[in-house]
Amino acid sequence: MKLKKLILPLASFAMALFVGGLLVAFSDAKVLALKSQPLSMLSHAFSTAGSAYWALFRGSVFDPRLAEDHWLHGFYPLSETLVAATPLILTGLSVALAFRAGLFNIGAQGQFIAGAIGASWIGFTFELPYVIHTIAAMAVAIAFSGLYGGFVGFLKAKTGAHEVIVTIMLNYVAGYFLLWLLSTTAFLRPGRQDPLAPEVHKTARLPHLFGSDLRANLGFIVALAAAAGVWWLLNRSTWGFKFRAVGANASAARTAGISVPRVTTSVMFIAGALAGLGGAAQILGSEPAMTAGVGGSFGFDAITVALLGRATPLGTVFAALLFGGLRAGGLTMQASTETPLDLVLVIQALVVLFIAAPALIKSLFRLKNIETGETMASKGWNG
Amino acid sequence: MSTSEIRTLSAPERRRKRGVITMAVLGLFGLIFFAFLPKTGQPVTYNFVLGNEWVLMKEWIINSKTGSLGFSLLSLAGVALAAVQFRARKTIRFASAIFGFAFLMSFLCWSAAGKFIPFTGLLQGALLLSVPLIFGAMAGVLSERSGVINIAIEGQLLAGAFMSGIIASLTQNNWLGLLIAPFAGAAIAWLLAVFAIKYGIDQVVLGFVLNVLVIGLTNFLYKKLLIPYQSTWNAGGTFAPIEIPILSKIPVIGPIFFSQSIIVYLMYVVVIAIHIALFKSRWGLRTRSVGEHPTAAESVGINVNRVRFRNVVIAGAVAGLGGAFFTLGAVGSFSKEMTAGKGFIALAALIFGRWSPLGAVAAALIFGFADNLQGLLTITGTPIPSEFMLMAPYIATIIAVSGFVGKVRAPAADGIPYKRGGAH
Repeated sequence: MKLKKLILPLASFAMALFVGGLLVAFSDAKVLALKSQPLSMLSHAFSTAGSAYWALFRGSVFDPRLAEDHWLHGFYPLSETLVAATPLILTGLSVALAFRAGLFNIGAQGQFIAGAIGASWIGFTFELPYVIHTIAAMAVAIAFSGLYGGFVGFLKAKTGAHEVIVTIMLNYVAGYFLLWLLSTTAFLRPGRQDPLAPEVHKTARLPHLFGSDLRANLGFIVALAAAAGVWWLLNRSTWGFKFRAVGANASAARTAGISVPRVTTSVMFIAGALAGLGGAAQILGSEPAMTAGVGGSFGFDAITVALLGRATPLGTVFAALLFGGLRAGGLTMQASTETPLDLVLVIQALVVLFIAAPALIKSLFRLKNIETGETMASKGWNG
Repeated sequence: MSTSEIRTLSAPERRRKRGVITMAVLGLFGLIFFAFLPKTGQPVTYNFVLGNEWVLMKEWIINSKTGSLGFSLLSLAGVALAAVQFRARKTIRFASAIFGFAFLMSFLCWSAAGKFIPFTGLLQGALLLSVPLIFGAMAGVLSERSGVINIAIEGQLLAGAFMSGIIASLTQNNWLGLLIAPFAGAAIAWLLAVFAIKYGIDQVVLGFVLNVLVIGLTNFLYKKLLIPYQSTWNAGGTFAPIEIPILSKIPVIGPIFFSQSIIVYLMYVVVIAIHIALFKSRWGLRTRSVGEHPTAAESVGINVNRVRFRNVVIAGAVAGLGGAFFTLGAVGSFSKEMTAGKGFIALAALIFGRWSPLGAVAAALIFGFADNLQGLLTITGTPIPSEFMLMAPYIATIIAVSGFVGKVRAPAADGIPYKRGGAH
C-alpha cells in the first residue's frame, strides 16, 4: 500500500529524466553531426546523456575525486544538496499547507523575499549575542513574511480577491520593492553600486553541521523541524482539522460552524511565515549577503516540490531533497559537461506534468490499480 | 440623497459612484501635490514632432506650476462632469477619459519640471511596449471567455518569440518566422488544452508548469545552440515600419499608430476581429455561453469541450504571434527569457479590463504607458523611484480584484473542467 504510492512519482521522475536525456543528447552538436551514421549517433547520444547525468550525480551525492584527501570531502556534494534543499523544504511546506486548506499559494517567492529582507535587516543592522541574534532575525523574518502572506488571505476573506492573482502580483511587488530597498542607504553595502546588502553578522549565522568545510548548516534541521510542525498542525491539532475541513469542502465547513475567513487568513499567514523562514534560513545559513536575485525561482520551485510531495510534509521533504540534489548537481553538470543548468528546470516541469496526468503515466507504463491520490481538481477563478 | 436611494443603486451604478469618489480624491490630491506644494515653477518643454508628419505645433513650453494647476483644474472639471452624468444615470466613460488625461498631464508637468518631454515619442513607445501585452491579453480573452484559465500566456509569448527568432534566422526570412510564431504558441496551448480539458487538471498549476517548461527549454537551447552558433541560429532581423499614406502624416496620431511594423497592424486586426466576433457572431455567443454556463450550452447542442479546445488553441496562436513582436518587431534576435514577465502583466490587463477585449486593450495601453513613462523619468531623473512606477500595474491589479473599483468577476465557469452531463 505504502509502496504503491511511490510508483507514480518514481515513474514520473524516470520519464522526466528520460525526456531530459533525449534533450541533452539531441541538442549536442557532435551528436547532430553524426546524422549519416545512425548507430554511432545513438551510441554517442547515449554517452553524452550518460556523462551529463553522471556529473549530476557527482554534484549532488558523492564525488570520488573529492574524497581522495579526506573521506568527508567526498560528501561535499551531498552537503550542497542539503543546502539547496533547505529553502525548498520550507517554501514547499508553505505551498503544501495552503493546498491542504484549498488555497493555491503562488506567492512563496514574494514571501521568501519578505523573510529574507527581515532576516538580513536584523542580521546586519543590530549587534546582539549569539543565539539571540539568530532567533531575533528569524522572528522578524516570520513576522514580515507572515503578514505578507496573511494579507492575501485577509483580502480573499474580505473581498473574495483570488489568491492566485494577488500572490502573482505580490511576487512582482516584492521583487521591485527589494530592488528599491537595495538602492537605499539603509540596505546598500557602503561603497557598492550594484544591489547588494551587507553580510549579516557572525552572531546571527546558523552554525555548520559537519565542520566548516561543508556548507550544510542548522537551517536544514530548522526545515525538518518545520516539516514536523506542519505535520503535527495538520494531523494532530484542532486548527489543522479546520484547515483540512475548509480545504475539503468550504461550504460544508461553514455549515459546521468553522469561520472560513479566519481559516483563510491564518493559513495564508502560516504559509507566508514558512516561506519567509526559508528566506531567513538562506540568508542566515548559506548566502549571508542579500542580492536582488535572492528570490530566485522559489515561487515555482515550491509548487513543484509540494506537488511532487503530494502536499504532505514528509513527501515535501523528500521532493525538496530530490530537487535540491538536481539543483546542486546541475551546477557541476553545467561546469563539467557544458549542459546548461536549465535542464533541471525542464526536468522539474516534466515531473510535475507527468504527476499531474496520472492517466498518461498509467498508459505509458501499463500500470493498473496504482494509487494516484487526489488529482489537482480545478476550482476556477470564482471558487 | 437618502439612504433608501443608495440601496436601490444597481451594481454598475455603485461602481460608477465609487469611481467618481476615487477620481475626486485623486484630482484634489493632484491639485495640492502637483500645483500648490512645489515652491517654484520651471519650464517644461513638450515636443510633438517625431518623423516627417505634417507639423501643427513643434513645441510647447509651459511653466510646470501653471501647467499642473491648469490640468488639475481640468481634471476636477472632468470629475464634476462625471458627477453630473452619474446623477443623470448616464455612463461616465467620457468624463473619466477627460479626467485621466488631465490628471496624467498634471503629473507630467510636475515630474518633468525643467525638463524636455518627447510627447509623441513617449506615446509611440508606450504603444510598442503594450503590443505584447495586448496580444497576450487577447489570448486570455479567447481562452478564459470559453472557461479555461490561461496562465500560460507567458510561455506562449516566449515560445512564439523563440521559434520566430530561430526560423527567421535559419531561413533568413522574417515572413517565415512570423508565420511559424502562431504555431509555436498554439503548440503550448494544445498541451494546456489536452491536460486541462481531457484530463481535467487544475489549470493554474498546469499553466505555471507550462511556463516553466518553455522557460527551461528555451534557456537550454539558447545556451546550447543560439549562443555558440549565433550567426546561423540567432541572426534574424526586424520588420521595417510601414508608413500608411496620408494617415501617417497626421500630427501626433500618425507616427504613433500608422508608422509601425506589420505586427502592430496585425494587432489592430486581431483586436477588432475578436471584439466583433465575440459579441456579434455565432462563435462568440457559443464561446461566452460555454464560459458562463456550460450545462445550458450543452443542452442546446453545443459541444462544450470542443468549443473550449478550439478556443484555447486559437488563443495560443494569438499569443504566439505576439511573441514574434519581441524578436521580429523589436530586437531582431532572441535572448534568454526575453518576455520577462510580460505574460503576467497581460494577465493583469485581462483582469483589469474585466475580461472584455476593449477593456483589456485599454488596460494594456495604460500599463504600457506607465512602463514607458517610468523609463523616460528614470533617464531624466524623477521625484519617484522607478521601482515604484514598475510596481504600479501589479498594485492596480490587486486593487481591481479586491473590488475597490467595483467587483471584478471572471466568466462563471472559468477554470472549471466540464464533464458531459454537467457533473463537475
